Amino acid sequence: MSIRLQNIAKHFGNTQALEPINLDIHQGELVGLLGPSGSGKTTLLRIIAGLENPDLATQSGKILFGDRDVTNVHVRDRRIGFVFQHYALFHHMSVYDNVAFGLTVLSRKRRPSSGEIRARVHRLLEMVKLEHLANRYPAQLSGGQQQRVSLARALAVEPEVLLLDEPFGALDAKVRQELRRWLRHLHDEFNFTSVFVTHDQEEALELSDRVVVMSDGRIEQIDTPDELYREPKNRFVFEFLGDVNHLEGKVTNGVLTCGDAYWHVDLPDGHQELLLRPHEVRLTEQPTSESHLPVTITAISPVGAEVRVELEADWLAQPWLATVRHTDFEHMALRRGQRLYAHPRHWRRFPETESKTAEQSRVA
Amino acid sequence: MRRIGDAPLIRRLLIGAALVLSALFLLLPLVAIFAQAFSQGMLVFWENVSNTFTLHAIGLTLMIALLTIPVCLVFGVALAWLVTRFSFPGRRILQTLIDIPFAVSPVVAGLIYLLLYGRNGWIGSWLDSYDIQLMFSWPGILMVTIFVTCPFVARELIPLMQAQGSREEEAAVTLGASGWTMFRRVTLPNIRWALLYGVILTNARAVGEFGAVSVVSGAIRGKTNTLPLHLEQLYQDYNAVGAFACAALLALIALLTLAAKAGLEWRAAHQEAFA
Repeated sequence: MSIRLQNIAKHFGNTQALEPINLDIHQGELVGLLGPSGSGKTTLLRIIAGLENPDLATQSGKILFGDRDVTNVHVRDRRIGFVFQHYALFHHMSVYDNVAFGLTVLSRKRRPSSGEIRARVHRLLEMVKLEHLANRYPAQLSGGQQQRVSLARALAVEPEVLLLDEPFGALDAKVRQELRRWLRHLHDEFNFTSVFVTHDQEEALELSDRVVVMSDGRIEQIDTPDELYREPKNRFVFEFLGDVNHLEGKVTNGVLTCGDAYWHVDLPDGHQELLLRPHEVRLTEQPTSESHLPVTITAISPVGAEVRVELEADWLAQPWLATVRHTDFEHMALRRGQRLYAHPRHWRRFPETESKTAEQSRVA
Repeated sequence: MRRIGDAPLIRRLLIGAALVLSALFLLLPLVAIFAQAFSQGMLVFWENVSNTFTLHAIGLTLMIALLTIPVCLVFGVALAWLVTRFSFPGRRILQTLIDIPFAVSPVVAGLIYLLLYGRNGWIGSWLDSYDIQLMFSWPGILMVTIFVTCPFVARELIPLMQAQGSREEEAAVTLGASGWTMFRRVTLPNIRWALLYGVILTNARAVGEFGAVSVVSGAIRGKTNTLPLHLEQLYQDYNAVGAFACAALLALIALLTLAAKAGLEWRAAHQEAFA
């Protein structure tokens, strides 16, 4: 079931939570809504679900599921599955009754026989690997188990659209990883259309077919994770998708200077700000004729695939972060307090056309 | 290492003071009531209780309580629902208004009702032209009792429903539940203990209400006399044993209420442990 939003806006009192938004989600897609808190992503999800009404003033606002106009359809008739951030399981019901709820509230005509309900609930519990806990109460389960129950409960009514509000936000890293993979698998197997909300860029990039990046009630960019990371449309997207190092200075005759640091770069004269990712910084013990960017190591974190090194210098407003391969780290024998020279491998520049971007650069 | 507030001397002093004071002010009067009621033997006590007027007072009191509870229950749930699930202008004012019956002296409440609904009152005179008399009869007693007791259920429910939020209800609706199904299967089970607790408090107050009722009832023996009013009349007539027999009945109801409340609290704590 495809989802199409046309001109959907939302105000809460005088604050605008969503600017008029258009969004097309294709049948069978897994789409992540990514943004900082207050960006309107949860509001958008709740509007798709029907838990929140879009502004009535914008008459043209429409929500379509496939060809069906659901703009004025009540949430209970939209046939969606909704997974809440804090699970929202029915506390006074057993796991079994939670999963069966959606089936038992169907009208008598559409309700399956009690035998069939039992069979279906057990099938779902088997799928989420919780069959042995069918008679437990939610409070007796771990967070990850509760979230699985909540997923099984949402899937029991066989929705064509599955909506998830920060589904893994409250779980620890390891369980989160496991559930992500499991959700992806489930999505591919059952072929429903899924939309999930997250503020974790790694989660969004890893799980989604396409990511919708939002800020301040606007959609900043919609793209596949790959395109998004390689071709960010604006500075906000670039900065939100990972760690960023800033290099600011004045360019004269192809040399950017900043305090006692300088760097040969092919840019027009004037004030320039360049952005680079941690893996785009190379560290050496000697400067070159091309660049002279002296830095001091202030912190080293050897956890993960690469070693993360924090760098400071007089000419830097904010510390830089660089990632170094473990072999290089050992080879160079890096230690805190060591003085090195940085060389940008690759960088990006977002010309300050929008007022918002200009404002951000002042803060930085 | 010693925890804060763990000084043994102070602790013993406080516990001792609490015990002595509760014995003096709470336990002793209670014992005295029963001692007085039975001071001339079981038989006299029974005679006093089975007196026609006393029986009528008991009947009227129980009837008022039985009629008050459902009204307060529906009112309380509706009000708590409104205040915790919707946001509208005037919500805060409404929450304050709920407390008016607690803040106003019951006698004042009775007088206001008399002023409004009495034969010469604003609404009363209009009703009188249809030959309807509310004051000095049981409907008047019921009205003031409802006024005095109506905040109890809402006051119990509001903080609880605020803390629980509406997530479970939203989940029920996304799963296709109708409004009534959602209320019956999700909301009600979540608030049932608080609801029962509110009912117990309502009952206790409805049975024991004196001030407001005494203004509007007229205290006609065998007609509009509730148990607390009857008790006072007996006492004024120097029938100490009769008065204390009634007092013992009221105290008994209070004790039963307390037992029910303690039972519920134990039950709720127990439930919470695994649900």
